[in-house]
Order: sequence, then structure tokens, then C-alpha cells
Amino acid sequence: MEIILSIAIGILTASGVWLILRPRTFQFIMGLSLLSYAVNLFIFSMGRLRVGAAPVIDKTGDIDPALYTDPVPQALVLTAIVIGFATTALFLVVLLASRGFAGNDHVDGREADL
Amino acid sequence: MNAWMTHLPVLPIAIPLLTGALLVLLKESRRKTRLALSVLSVLAQLVVAVQLVAVAAGAEPHVWPGGIAVYLVGDWPAPFGIVLVADRLAAVMLLLCSVLGLAALIYSTARWDRAGVYFLPLFQLLMMGLNGAFLTGDLFNLFVFFEVLLAASYGLMLHGSGEMRVSAGLHYIATNLVASFLLLIAIALVYGATGTLNMADLAIRAGQLAGPDRRLFETAAAILGVAFLIKAAAWPLNFWLPNAYASASPPVAAVFAIMTKVGVYALLRLGSLLLPTGAPAAFGGEWMFPLGLATLLFGTLGMLATQQAERLIGYCIIMSSGTLLAALGMPGVTLTGPALFYLITSVLALGAFYMLVEMIERTRSFGADVLAVSLEAFDLDDPESPDRSDDVVGVAIPAAMAFLGMAFICCALLVAGLPPLSGFVAKFSLLSAALQTSSTDTPSAAAWLLVATVLLSGLAGIIALTRTGIRLFWSAEDSVVPRLRVSEAAPVGVLLLGCLGLAIWAGPVMAYLNDTALSLDRPQAYVDSVFAREPVRKLGTEAP
Repeated sequence: MEIILSIAIGILTASGVWLILRPRTFQFIMGLSLLSYAVNLFIFSMGRLRVGAAPVIDKTGDIDPALYTDPVPQALVLTAIVIGFATTALFLVVLLASRGFAGNDHVDGREADL
Repeated sequence: MNAWMTHLPVLPIAIPLLTGALLVLLKESRRKTRLALSVLSVLAQLVVAVQLVAVAAGAEPHVWPGGIAVYLVGDWPAPFGIVLVADRLAAVMLLLCSVLGLAALIYSTARWDRAGVYFLPLFQLLMMGLNGAFLTGDLFNLFVFFEVLLAASYGLMLHGSGEMRVSAGLHYIATNLVASFLLLIAIALVYGATGTLNMADLAIRAGQLAGPDRRLFETAAAILGVAFLIKAAAWPLNFWLPNAYASASPPVAAVFAIMTKVGVYALLRLGSLLLPTGAPAAFGGEWMFPLGLATLLFGTLGMLATQQAERLIGYCIIMSSGTLLAALGMPGVTLTGPALFYLITSVLALGAFYMLVEMIERTRSFGADVLAVSLEAFDLDDPESPDRSDDVVGVAIPAAMAFLGMAFICCALLVAGLPPLSGFVAKFSLLSAALQTSSTDTPSAAAWLLVATVLLSGLAGIIALTRTGIRLFWSAEDSVVPRLRVSEAAPVGVLLLGCLGLAIWAGPVMAYLNDTALSLDRPQAYVDSVFAREPVRKLGTEAP
């Protein structure tokens, strides 16, 4: 499972970085989204991978921490998702404004001289 | 009074948050109320910051022993809940932030707050993010406050709109979003390696790591360092800065003057906590010193090359960041105190400079400060945007030109580091500390390198600023005496008087900052007071 997850994060990151380095704003925002998925998965995996373990501790009875998965990365990833979502949405608005002003979707607002 | 004291550390975050929320609810047409509320809020933050500076100096030992105010936000004890820590360094930064914020806010009331919507709420949220980033003692919380201040800064950056701002804002936002992802990756790695995000706990645990965990932590520290260096505008991660700051509206650019220093602050804070525990030294001298020198040289070359006054200030900011990084990268603590003094001076001076340049440019038609040839070569258009128009009504203060000229000279002296203002005191103490830093009799090669580069950048600063000054004031053929409002001139004057005050009372200020440097050198007190703080409600006593 670790191998699959690492490969998934790696592919997402690589695609994201490649797209971020492209000159079109749409490619950039796509790259940003892919990168944010990769980062979120990465944060999640930092709590170590466990299957079938709950993160929320049941208060009744004796508590054996070994039966539970680490809740902190799950809380962190939730925050990161919300923040990443909001800032990406904001970037989308700026992207559209830039498209409106410049008339093209190049990140510099004008086509590169070839 | 006691409740006020116990809740003091959370007020710099709570006040702007509540004010910002209230301002969103108030109608834009109730302008006077909104302005009064905003100014009151920043004034309150100033009062709290002054109080915190006093507390950090040990004014309230029975409430905050050791001068370190630790506030448990969720009333959970240290490594589990989020803590706010107001020590000397945080208090000084809070004070600087609120002074600059007050000046920029009062300046903006003249007309800039009407150039777009939601200026005042966004301004409050920016203050909240800045204050929070200085106060927090938790790594992930630091990320959250970074995002708060960045999100507010994205809105403020675009304030006034226009093609130039949107284009520069696009680059600014893109760079910072990527930097935020780097920060997240690093924080996740830190948690994966150490199992904690509390900075005080981190200082203990990082030293005990060994084997693969240690390598993981070192990687995390390196990525964390890169993320902070992007915020601190270190070369080669700073190409976003001059354009973005030059196209932001002047009061916004003035507050942005402190934003790069948040990155420097984070590096300093984490570096001080991690270094003495034997943790990996990704923040240490071997990287920060050469990067600082490179940033300094880049800023110097940029200052000489640029022809637009706003961009020139952007390069001044890069130069000050470079000086700080290089100074903090030197071994030992003797440079930290003078470096903090330099930080305060440069933030005040550059903030005033942005507002001043906008007032000066009202005397001229567009492009008069750029050589005619380059105007043609770069194919610049006249941005005849509504916010550049000169339809300012108000009382013309007498001798406006004299004020502008004097203020410009003051800013130039501060940036170049010439007497009699505090820029000279800052650079002089910095360089003399650098030459005394080594334990041997002869200063090290690094010290001489720092001295040479700082002096060279000062010289370049004088040349560039003199050239700009001549072009702005003397070569103007069709200059008009601008009408300045008192609310525009006063903030600039107060900031510059503040620098004069720093020069006059340099002794006490420097003593305070040197104590700050010493406390940073001994992070054990910080760690101890974070863990010593008991929750108000005893654990396990809550109702089932």
C-alpha cells in the first residue's frame, strides 16, 4: 500500500510541477490543483497508513492507543484542503480578470516573442 | 485589570478579527463609522503591543513570570493545544507592525480606501495574520496565520484593480501559493519525523532524533527554510517582489514592507529554537550567509538598474532582507541585536518611502521619472487609471514641496545608512558587531565580506537615490505644487520622526534588543515557560 500511495503522490506532484511551469494560466491552475492533491495525500500519509482504525477515541471503557490511527494529520489535512480550496478559487478569479484585461491567457499577459 | 493582563497575548489577534468581521457587516456608506472603527482597532493593537513590550521586559512578574507570556488558546496544556507565546522578539515585532499599520491606515483614509471595496476589513485581517504569525508557538498554526495574511494581502494587492495590478498580482499569488505548498510539505514531514508541531516541544524532540528520522527531519527543515526564504525575498526566490510591490497601491505597499520580515522572523525564531538542541542547522549560517550576500548584491544591482521610484523601493526591501539574512547567518549572537535594530529602521523607513513617493509623483505627469528613451524601448503605456487622478480636494498644507523634499532626503539617508538618522546607527552597530564577532583578535573573512558588501550596497543606494531625487525634484519642468492632506503627510512625518527618535534613544532601544538576542540564544527559558503554563481548568474535572 505504501508503494502505491508514494507512486500516486509522485505522479501527481510531477504532473503538477510540470503544469505549473507552463505558460498558460489554465495550465497553471490545473497544476496547482494536482499539487494540492499531492500535498494533501502526503500530509495524510504522515500519520502512517492504517486500515480499519478510527481516529476518534471512544471515551467509554479502557483506551488502547494502538487500536486508533493518528487523528492529528487528518485534522491538518482538513485545514489544508479548506485553505487550498479557497486560495485556488481566489486565483481563478484573478486569472479571469487577467484574461479580461490582457485578452489572452498567457501568465505574463502577453505572448512571448518568438 | 487582571483579566486584561491574563488575556493580553490573544488580543492582537482577537481585536482585528472582530473589527474585520464588524466592518464587513457595516454598510460602505457609513464611511465615518467604518474609518473610526478601523483606526480605533489599530490604536488598541498599538496599546496592547506597548503593554506586551513592557511585559516581556518583566513588568508583570506575578502574572507572566520570566517575561514570557504564554497563552493556551483552547485551554489545553502545551504540546497538545495551540499556544501563543509573546516573548521579547514577538512583542517588538507586534509593536513595529501596529505602528506601521496605523500609519498606513491613516494615510489610506485620505482617498485610497475608496479605490475599491473591502479595503478596511482586508486591512484588519492582514493585521490579524501578521500579529498571529508573530505570536504563535505552533508550526501548523504558523502556516494558518501565513495563509490569513497572504489571503488578505492578495485582496489588498489587487485593491484599486487595473491591468498592471492584476498582472503583478497574478505572479504574486502564484508564487505564494506554491510557497505555501512547500510549507505544508515541510510541516507534514516535521510531524511525520517528530510527532509534534509545538515549537517548544520540537526544540526538545528534534535533538533526540537519530537515523532515518533525523534525515527526514533535516529534509523537512530544508524545505521549511526554502518556503520561508521565498517569503523573505531571498535571491534567487525574489523576482516576484519588485513588480508586485511597485504596482500595489501605496498604503498597501507600505504595510507590505513588513511582510518580507515575517519570513525573516520565522527563520530567526525556528533557528533559535532548533540550533542549540543539536538539531540540523538548515537555518544556520552556512546557507543563510551566502544567500544573504547574494540577495544584498541582487538588491544593489537592481537599485542601480531601475528607473522607477516604486521599483527602486522594492529593491531597497530586497537589500534590507539581504542584510538581515547575512547578519543573522553570521555565527554568534552579537549581530542579532543590531540586526533587529536594522529591521525596525528599515521597515519604518521603507513604509514611509512608499507613501512619500506616491505624494511626490502627484507633482509630475506620467513617465517623467523614466528616461524618454527607455519609455520608448520598454513600450510603456500611460496607465490613466482613475486612482492616479489628481482630483484631491482638501486643505493644502503650506510648503508642501519643502516637506516632500525633506522627507525624501530623510528616507534616502535611512536607506543608505548615513548619519544623523537611525539608519546610520543600525548599520554602524551591525558592522562593528560583525568585526568583533570572532573570538580571535582578527575578524574573520566572512565579517570583512559582510562589511564590504553592506558598504557597497550603501554606496549604490546613495547613487540610485540621488539620481532619483534629482529627477523627481530638480529636473521637473512642469511640476505643480501638490495639494497634500494632513492625514497623508502626518503618517510619513511620524514614521520618519520615529526613526529620528530611534537614533536619539538608540541606547535604551539597543539594550532591549540585545537582551532579546540573548533570550533567543537561550531558548530553554522559552521552552520551559511554554510547558510550565497550566490550563485554567484542571484536566479531568470537566463535566462528563
